[in-house]
Amino acid sequence: MSALAALIRRDIRIALRVGGGALIGVLFFLTVTVLMPFAVGPDLALLSRLGPAILWLGALLASLLTLDRLFTADHEDGSLDLIVMSRTPLELACAAKALAHWLAAGLPLIIATPVLGLLLNLDGTATLAVAATLLAGTPALTFTGMIGAALAVTLHRGGLLLAVLVLPLSIPVLIFGVAASQAAISGPLPFGTPFSILCALSLASLVIGPFAAAASLRHGLD
Amino acid sequence: MKLTETLTDLANPTRFLALTARILPWLAGVTAILLAIGLYQSAMAPDDYQQGATVKIMFIHVPNAWLAMFVWGVMSVAALGTLVWRHPLADVAAKAAAPIGAAFTFLALVTGSLWGRPMWGTYWEWDARLTSVLILFLMYLGLMALWRAVEDPSRAARAAAVLTLVGAINIPIIKFSVDWWNTLHQPASVIRMGGSTLDKAFLWPLLVMAIAFSLLFVTLHLAAMRNEILRRRVRNLQMMQASQRAA
Repeated sequence: MSALAALIRRDIRIALRVGGGALIGVLFFLTVTVLMPFAVGPDLALLSRLGPAILWLGALLASLLTLDRLFTADHEDGSLDLIVMSRTPLELACAAKALAHWLAAGLPLIIATPVLGLLLNLDGTATLAVAATLLAGTPALTFTGMIGAALAVTLHRGGLLLAVLVLPLSIPVLIFGVAASQAAISGPLPFGTPFSILCALSLASLVIGPFAAAASLRHGLD
Repeated sequence: MKLTETLTDLANPTRFLALTARILPWLAGVTAILLAIGLYQSAMAPDDYQQGATVKIMFIHVPNAWLAMFVWGVMSVAALGTLVWRHPLADVAAKAAAPIGAAFTFLALVTGSLWGRPMWGTYWEWDARLTSVLILFLMYLGLMALWRAVEDPSRAARAAAVLTLVGAINIPIIKFSVDWWNTLHQPASVIRMGGSTLDKAFLWPLLVMAIAFSLLFVTLHLAAMRNEILRRRVRNLQMMQASQRAA
């Protein structure tokens, strides 16, 4: 247990310090959100209608952008080999790494959401709904994205390949995240239904993600 | 026990090549005959009272769509073969199946779109079924990109096997979420093909075509597996030659 706690603490510390790059995700999120009004026009009514979708897309792309760092740096300096060979089960170590990644790169996105909601003319309920769905949904993005990150690091290919592999898998999360936000804002469906499915997706990816990532690391590294 | 013995026998690529060399011509012949019968029956089938002659697109569209999903199933079994049993031909089977599956998915999309133009008045509709097939197509392309991104076949094989299995879990989830997403935004505008109420005049050509297309897949798949085995042998020979020259 203490090994996992140490791993989480180490990963967060690396991510937040110089060269870590976790906070670049937030900057990217902000930039994507600012770009949207240039594309669709500064119509406030339209922006508030599209707001949840824009925020969800921005968060999805931002979390995809930072996924690359989940295993690459550790692979480069050799600590990934130590983690694979250590007595801690690799599945648990993967889960701990993903949790640390989410705390360092995913949580700041949710904290930034209210500010970005103001830019998109979202009212209080809408902002709260988007933040709540992001809180429930971004773990799923991180844990399914981890599979892609593990594949990419064993193949020494990152970037575009990772995006192409991970994005189709994140479609259900996007659908239910936006659906829950829209339900909270305009109805007519209850907020609870899509929101609980979103939570279920996160929990399922919590189980599947570490096992698939550990399998591909174990088979892929030599 | 018989099945596992046969599978172990086939693990020898040379034996596999010899066996398929004998089977393939027959398989190709039966496929061609069945396809000819199926196409003739489809052409002779009566026009639908609502859809007119466009109903005949269905005789090609439905088998393609069915195989689009079936091929992913074959690849998932092959992926298990790669990861669990380390069967040497499993990864060849998976790699050979992916482009064929992508082609079936693409044809299902194109024929569906050609049918949709006169029937729905549009080539593309963000309908649940269309969208989930499109995502399936994207996943096939991603998998093929993964194979192309890596030089070492065995390394690529294990990565692709993991991704195939994750996809196999995810495809039902995507299908179900897209269904849900569609009903939220626009209530069912889906025109349902009769299903069980399908008339015999349509059912028989469809069945024959489905069998013919499945055989076509088996034929193409075996041929593609042979090519892949030969391609790997050529690669190995080239590597040996290069290392000899270097030494």
